[in-house]
Amino acid sequence: MKTKLQKFKESYFFYSFKRDRVAMASFIVLVIFLLMAITAPWISSMNPYDAENIDIMNSEIPPMWMADGSPEFILGTDNMGRDMLSTMFYGLRTSIIIGLGAVALQAFIGIVLGLSAGYMGGKTDAILMRIADIQFSFPYLIMAIFIAAIFQVAFGVGSYERLAVPLLTIIIGLSNWPIFARTIRASVMGEKNKEYVEAARVIGFPRFTIMFRHVLPNSLTSVMVIFTIQVASAVQSEAALSFLGFGMPVTRPSLGSLIRAGQEYIFSGSWWITIFPGLWLVIFVLVINLLGDWLRDVLNPKLYKG
Amino acid sequence: MFAFIIRRILQALVVMLIISLVGFAIKNKIGDPVRDLVGERVTPEEREQIANNMGLNDPFLIQYARFVKQAVKGDLGRSFLYNKPALEVIVKHAPATIELLIGSALIIILVSLPLGVYSALKPRSLLSRFTMSFSTLGVSMPVFFTAILLIYLFAVNLQVLPSYGRGETVDLFGNGYWNTGFLTMDGLKHLILPCISLSSIMLPLFIRLIRSEMMEVLETEYIKYAWAKGLSPRRIWLIHAFKNTLLPVVTVFGVQMGLTFAFTILTELVFQWQGMGFMFLEAVQRADTSLLVAYLVVVGSVFVLVNTVVDILYGFINPTVRIAGTT
Repeated sequence: MKTKLQKFKESYFFYSFKRDRVAMASFIVLVIFLLMAITAPWISSMNPYDAENIDIMNSEIPPMWMADGSPEFILGTDNMGRDMLSTMFYGLRTSIIIGLGAVALQAFIGIVLGLSAGYMGGKTDAILMRIADIQFSFPYLIMAIFIAAIFQVAFGVGSYERLAVPLLTIIIGLSNWPIFARTIRASVMGEKNKEYVEAARVIGFPRFTIMFRHVLPNSLTSVMVIFTIQVASAVQSEAALSFLGFGMPVTRPSLGSLIRAGQEYIFSGSWWITIFPGLWLVIFVLVINLLGDWLRDVLNPKLYKG
Repeated sequence: MFAFIIRRILQALVVMLIISLVGFAIKNKIGDPVRDLVGERVTPEEREQIANNMGLNDPFLIQYARFVKQAVKGDLGRSFLYNKPALEVIVKHAPATIELLIGSALIIILVSLPLGVYSALKPRSLLSRFTMSFSTLGVSMPVFFTAILLIYLFAVNLQVLPSYGRGETVDLFGNGYWNTGFLTMDGLKHLILPCISLSSIMLPLFIRLIRSEMMEVLETEYIKYAWAKGLSPRRIWLIHAFKNTLLPVVTVFGVQMGLTFAFTILTELVFQWQGMGFMFLEAVQRADTSLLVAYLVVVGSVFVLVNTVVDILYGFINPTVRIAGTT
């Protein structure tokens, strides 16, 4: 174990990480965000999902540094009297769960289809890639909004809201997989004629084993880069869908539905209800994007473009 | 080339077929055409009678064929929400969205071209660095949050710009179809914030694209030759280099307008902008399946059309595309 750690410490990967202050700072912020999401039930002063904790008399209290603020609610309360900071912890948690789940689904579909297309070639390749092309020609957000709209009309608003987490995961997963398929296919095409694959074929391994045990691990570098950036985009899609009303209900808010709920209150001066979750979301997506950029430069210098 | 065009058109037709199938399935399985026609207040026997007359009990394929036939003629069903043909409702809402797109396209062109070129020429200057970090931030800003911030700043705090609606509009052709906000002061004022919000999402992308394309071109041999000839910097930058960065930029611009279309839905919601996106959300909320399906078919067709035309044009410009397509 120690040797592995040693190896990692001496690697180019770690070296360039230490050199890059932006990457370091983003990584630290990201870890803090993840910790907040994981420990949300323990660090929040109240459980915003539990109606018993909510006192409507506490609604729209400004952040504690403003005139009417109270030290009990550091960032103030929302229109239902929930502590902003607590709802933001929980909202972040929901957004991350959906984001990671959706990207995992995208990666799964993309890897299976891209790997099959790239390795088998011929008709399979032509058909699968044509499907990916077609879906790629529709912007993922339009795709996601359409699928969400169809689901909502089909399920009815009530059951849609009950099933919101798995549904959103599926919607965002289905709407944005072609990028994984394309990347995997491209790197599989480069790998499949190398000698180790030929050797495996000569030994007589079944095609399935060669594909997943031999070719796939060697094509994963490019997936890592996309994975990071896709998480940012999935979190943004989730926020957009929730903002449109196709997402998490106000009773179990994600960051997007918090922004949606607080939107109208900016007119009455209660800006914190919508601005804080918004900034939260922007910072979270920003650090992932910065890390993704850095990862792309380190792992794949050829791709580098200003 | 001919084979390429045929293949591309065939593909477009297949996609249209899939879209229509999805649309029809939604309409048939989820929607309620009888209610769309006569509302809720009829007895079950009357409903059955109407359903029979409308052919709703026919086999699936026959109904689907009828749906396609009507769709080709431009009949996409009736919206019960507006009590008008769905296509007419969409066409009436389209100008608002198109004006929003035109406005933000103008902003994107006017801002991204100079900034992109400048930051390619002077990558180390303060303005370039500021532009680049700002564009990283811009990519991470959801369009609705930008919109909310703008409203808070300009409409609530400073109270200089209106926060919702289209303001005073003028009927452009006198037939009630195209009400434009471009011709009145009030209409223009209402356009400012939505257009800035909408363009904010694409600006960073274009600034980066123009910058990287320009930097690549500046490294090429013919630019070095131009320097060697002793041409003035301005001539090299603006005439020799800039012209050759434009082609990829224009292509991406065409493709990205599609994504922008998705963002109009979000922008229209924040600004209560009575365009197609707002109408679509209304249709979903009120479960107006006919309108929903019509919207899906119309937007789908526009996408397929634009993509096919762009691909074919691109095939003319860049021959490798058509060869790659044959494998």
